[in-house]
Parts: sequence; structure tokens; C-alpha cells
Amino acid sequence: MSDIFKPEVDRRTLLRRAAAVGLLATPAVSMLSACVGGGDDSDDNADKPSGTVSATNPLGVKEDEPLEIVIFNGGLGTKYATDVDIPSYNKLFPNSKVAFSQTEEIATVVQPRFTGGNPPDMINNSGSKLMDQGALVQAGQVQDLTELFAAPSLDITGKTVKDTLIPGTVEQGTFNGKPYVLNYAFTVFGLWYSGKLFKDNGWTAPTTWADFLTLLDAMKAKGITPYGYAGANAPYYQYTVILASAAKIGGADILKNIDNLEPNAWNNDAVKQAAAAWAEVGAKYSDKSFLGLKHTEVQLKQDQYKVGFYPSGSWLENEQAKDTPAGFDYQLAPLPSVTTADKLPATALYAAAGEQYFVASKGKNPKGGMEFMRHMLSKAGAVGFTQLTKTLTVVSGATDGMEISPGLTSGNKALVAAGADTFSFRFDTWYKKLDDELRAATNELMFQGGTADKFVTRMQKAADAVKADSSIEKFSR
Amino acid sequence: MKHGRYPFIIGFLIVPVAIYGTFVIAAYVQAFQLSFTNWRGFSPNVDYIGFDNFTKLFHDSTFWKAIQHHVLLLIFLPLLTIILALFFAFLLNVGGGSKGGRTQGVRGSKFYRVIFFFPQLLALALVAVIFSRVYSPDESGLINGLLQQFGAGPVLFLADSHLALWSILAVLVWQGVGFYVVLFSAGMGSIPTEIYEAAALDGATRSTLFFKITLPLLWSTLQVAWVYLGIAAFDAFALVNVMSVDRGGPDGATTVLGLEIYRNAFDYAQFGYASAMGVVLFFLTLTFAALTLRVTRRDTVEL
Repeated sequence: MSDIFKPEVDRRTLLRRAAAVGLLATPAVSMLSACVGGGDDSDDNADKPSGTVSATNPLGVKEDEPLEIVIFNGGLGTKYATDVDIPSYNKLFPNSKVAFSQTEEIATVVQPRFTGGNPPDMINNSGSKLMDQGALVQAGQVQDLTELFAAPSLDITGKTVKDTLIPGTVEQGTFNGKPYVLNYAFTVFGLWYSGKLFKDNGWTAPTTWADFLTLLDAMKAKGITPYGYAGANAPYYQYTVILASAAKIGGADILKNIDNLEPNAWNNDAVKQAAAAWAEVGAKYSDKSFLGLKHTEVQLKQDQYKVGFYPSGSWLENEQAKDTPAGFDYQLAPLPSVTTADKLPATALYAAAGEQYFVASKGKNPKGGMEFMRHMLSKAGAVGFTQLTKTLTVVSGATDGMEISPGLTSGNKALVAAGADTFSFRFDTWYKKLDDELRAATNELMFQGGTADKFVTRMQKAADAVKADSSIEKFSR
Repeated sequence: MKHGRYPFIIGFLIVPVAIYGTFVIAAYVQAFQLSFTNWRGFSPNVDYIGFDNFTKLFHDSTFWKAIQHHVLLLIFLPLLTIILALFFAFLLNVGGGSKGGRTQGVRGSKFYRVIFFFPQLLALALVAVIFSRVYSPDESGLINGLLQQFGAGPVLFLADSHLALWSILAVLVWQGVGFYVVLFSAGMGSIPTEIYEAAALDGATRSTLFFKITLPLLWSTLQVAWVYLGIAAFDAFALVNVMSVDRGGPDGATTVLGLEIYRNAFDYAQFGYASAMGVVLFFLTLTFAALTLRVTRRDTVEL
């Protein structure tokens, strides 16, 4: 048999083969798509399991149909789902087995199941690896939630689910006229600081830009880095602040125009003014090394009293719970007015329903998925969520009068003070590409000597490019 | 003994070929197919759009930026790694001079050989995380912590767009050198000691030994190393993804094709476009391997 085995594969051959293996291993993109082009596109909800519609089962869920939910495991944890919502669901449907799973990378785990045609029923689409919600809607994978919002609330008698929500919630999850997504957590966004640090030094939260800069100077004199955000992975926090300032200067329509990709939306003077004001803060009152830090690292510095103000949403307090020293006392300050002629008052606030949940229209049990949301949106579900996560829900006034944590109370107070003057933007979830470009532009502006002019020119160009790209589905509000 | 030969071979090959066919070849064919579509990754149906993705790619400045970074890596990764590895391998094998008629490495060379190989045993993601700490821009970073002791300002390795790619290149070199030390050591080990002895008798210095004997006799091994490292330079995805600021930043200063493929596929849900990039990467790597083999072809000395 000796002639079977050539004594030696010559080096050149070996090399060629090795090279082939090396490069064949590179793009694994299409591994995901087990059978692209091979599936059928039956979007017929009639064959989905359903049960008898009754007062306790307004959506007509089939009582013994299993339900699968996937929850993103991040700042909010998953305890609210396992300890509050699933028991609530099972109380009503004891024979429906709820399969729960959690992940830190939603797209990695869930996206292949959409292409494979067997998606889970309800998904919490969130985190840095979230799926492009617009693309999901465009592909017809997302259940229309109209039925859910019209159904009666689980435990707030006499009201439909929609009636119990903070105004604007349904709209926040609407894509081209239809409600597809439930944004469950209500987030207020602003500058966070330590109540203790401020009290010890006799500082108060500023409302004008002049006071703000004076305070930053005072912090600097104390050896504290007055202002900082994490450039490595959280420039998002900073651009929310810049755009919120722009909205305060020029009115909430600034953000609406940006969302709708209106011509010259970015070139607007208000955006330019906000960018210039924040660029100065970045150049004078921050630390260039923060460009290389991750959000947890900067947040930890703040907990160690080394950073004064940190821009973030109301999830911050819960995210930092285990690193926060006793008595730190998280407090929220709305953004100070940049000019004396701002269109919106100093109390105006970036506040929005966030944290996306949606039901897969081609899942096995879409009705069950919607029913699960109904349990999340019950008063008991909302209170449980807020207690476990220190984050408000979109269920209006569910936790009024409850003392849960200083940060939550502070955020709530700011929200009440803002009244109708709340605003938000949506382009970041509609056009991920624009979001990425804005992250880079923000880092350039704040850390790398960028200017307001460069910032707006760059963003206008990116927005125009997205607008001209026919492969990207457009949304408007 | 001719009969039974093919069933025997086939028996060995069928399983690996089937696996290879399913997970590599089929996936590749599909990447080619998808590159002509505008598939967004969420539906089983695809639309064919011809060469649109490639036209778009041609005008995509980020794509060209990534290509530039690959060119830089392609020059410096093999060069630095091979020079360092050759130097170390020479010291470990021949650098100690000859003793009792035998050439040998510097003292403790067996120990060093093991040490050099250590980085190879670490998963790439782990290496990336470790070096993120080493490069950290504040006092918690290994290097900047040390610098601060001496009162020097922090060096923003990954946050400085002029330094970032070089910092990542340094990690690639650090990670790769050990393997090539071992590879070159094996190559040097197969060079008969008589040749060194004869040269030493003729009064050759260490550098003469290295350039006139070791290098020519090691040529084919070097060639292998060059192609391997070149292919590695077309990758670098893992390190860039984990280490770089704002994934591929600051402001695109470290982005590579692998990362852009990933970003377009999984962040922007542009699977068709990402596949087109994958196809381009495929041809780039193939061209590189073929070119290298052609250009460096020369007669090797048979021992």
C-alpha cells in the first residue's frame, strides 16, 4: 500500500491549501442564512393558534399553547420578566408553558431564527447588539400591536391598554402609521451628579449656561474632572445631550426635522450653537483620555467622586447599583439653557419611551406574545418592573407616591417640572448608519479638536447620503 | 494492491469533505449569491440587483479606508513579525556560538522557547482584552500607570487616531512572533550542523552565519510565514472589534474589512452589501497569496 501515501506533500501544495483554508474561513456572513431564497412567505395569521375570546382573555390566546420570550440582559436585568411578568401570565394561563431565555447579544441569538423561519414569540430588542428594528418591520416580521393597545387593561378597570400609557408611547413604536413596537421603559435623559458631592461643596444644579461653566470651573479647581462621557462605546450619550440642547435652543421641531431627513436639518443654527457650546465643554472641562474609556469605566469614576457631571438616561442608577457608595445620592439635572433666548424653558427634558419589545408575526404564538405584553403593561407589572429596575415604565402614574430610590424620584420630579416640554428623536433606531456616523462625529467634536461647523457639515452629508440610499427604508413622524 | 485503494481513500475523506462542503464551500457560494441581492437578513426572500452592491462599494470611502489599513498591515505585520521571529530563533538555536563542536542557542534557550509560545496559546479575544488594559488611557492602564509614576503624560494609544492602528499592529506582532520562532527554529534545526561548523572554521562571524547560511536555507519556511502573515493582515477583525475605540475608530482610524462586513451585516442589516465586501475580500486574499507565491519563487537548496 505504500504508493497510496506520497511520502511528503510538497511545501508549495501545503501552502496553497493552507492559504485556501485561511481565506475561506473569513466571511462567515452567509452562515446565518441557512436557506435564503428557499423559504415561503406565508404571512397568514388565520392559521395561528387561537382560543376563545372572553373577558379574561380579550386577545383570544390559546390556553395551552407554549410561549417563548427572549429578554436582553443588560442594565435592567431579567428579574422583572422571570419574577413578575411570567408568574402573572401563568396565573391566567397555567397550562401555557413559558420558555424564557436571556442574552446579552440579541442579534446574535435571535436573528438567525428569523431567517430560519422559527422566531421566538416576544423579543426584547435592545443592547448594543440589537437588531435593526426598521429592517425587521420592512421584512414583515413584526406583529401589528393595534389589537393589544385596544384590549382592556389587565388590572386598571375600565381602561384600554392604550388609555393607561403615557401619551406618545404608542407613537414612539409606530412605523409608517402602524404600532409595531412597545417601548416599555420610560427614560429621562440629562446630566447626573452626586447629591452628596454637591451638598458637601454647596453646589446647586445650574439652569443657565453661565452658571454651568462657573460650576465646571469650581469642580476643576477641586481636582474633579468636571464633565465626561465614554468615547470608546458611549458617544451616544453625548450626542443625545448635544441634540437635546439643540432642541432647547430652537424648539422640538429641530429633532423632528432631523428624524424626517429634511433638507438642511443639521445645518440649522440651533444645532450649530449646541455643538459649539458642547465642544467648548469637551475641550476645557473634560479629559481627552475618556475617548479611550468604556461607559462602565467613566461611570465608576463618577461613583468614586472623580467626575462631576455624567450624561446618561435614568437606567444609570440601577446599572451602577453595586458600585455606588452609600449616600452617593444620584440626582438628575436637565440640560442648562444654552442661550438666554432658548425656545424651550430650562426645565425642558429629553424623555422618551425606550427599550423595545416586539412580537414576531411569524412566530408560533403571536397572540400569546401580545398577551404577555398586556401583563407587562398591567399596574402590577409596571410596579414590579420599577421596583426591580429603578426605571419608570410607560404605564402612567403606576408608581406615583412610592419612594423607590433617590435617582428615580429625582428623574420623576424633573419629568413633572418639564410638563409638556419633553422631546425625543428616533433617527438612531430608524437609521443605524446615521447613528454610527454621529457617534464618530461627536467624538471628533468633543475630543479631537472638531468644530461645530465641521460637525454639522459632516452630519448633513451623512443624512443626505442616507436619504439618497434607496436600499434603506425611510420613516417619518 | 491497486484494488480497494479508492474505497480506502474515500472512507477517510468523506466526513471531512462533507463538513467542508457544507460549512465552507456552500457558505461561500451563498456569499457570492447574496452579493448580487439587497437582502436585509430578516426574510427568506431575496431580490437580485445585479452589480449595484459592487458599484456602491467602489464609491464607499470607508471601504477604501479599510483597504488602506490592510495595505499598511500587509507591509508591516509580516515584516516586523518575521524579523523579530528570525532574530529570536537565531539566538535560540545558533546565537550561543559553538561549543564542543556543536552550535547552540543562548543560555536558557529551551525556557525562552516555551515562553515565546505562550501568546499563541491565548484566545485572540483574551489577548485583545488584556491589551485593552495595557493600553488603557488612564492611570489604571499598565503603560500609562507606569508613565504616571515618572510624571509623564498619558499616551492615548487607542484613542489617538495616529497611534491606534500601530498599537493594534503591535499586539498582532506580539501574538504572532512565538509561533514563527517555533517554525523558524524547526527550520533551523533541519540545517545540518556541519555547514555551520565548516563556516565557523573558515572564520565566519555570527552575522555572516545568519545571512549566508541560515537565511538562504530557510527560504521556503520564510515564504510560508509571509503568506500566513499576509492572510492574517487581511483579517485582524477580532482585535479591532474588541480593542478599538467606537469599533474601528476613533473615526474609522482602525477599521478593517472584516469589521465593515460585520457592521453592514449585523448593524445595518445590509447583508447583500456585506456579502459583496466578503467577495472582494476573497479575491484580495486570493490575489495576495498567488502573487506572493509567484514573486518569491526561487530555487531552494535541497539538503
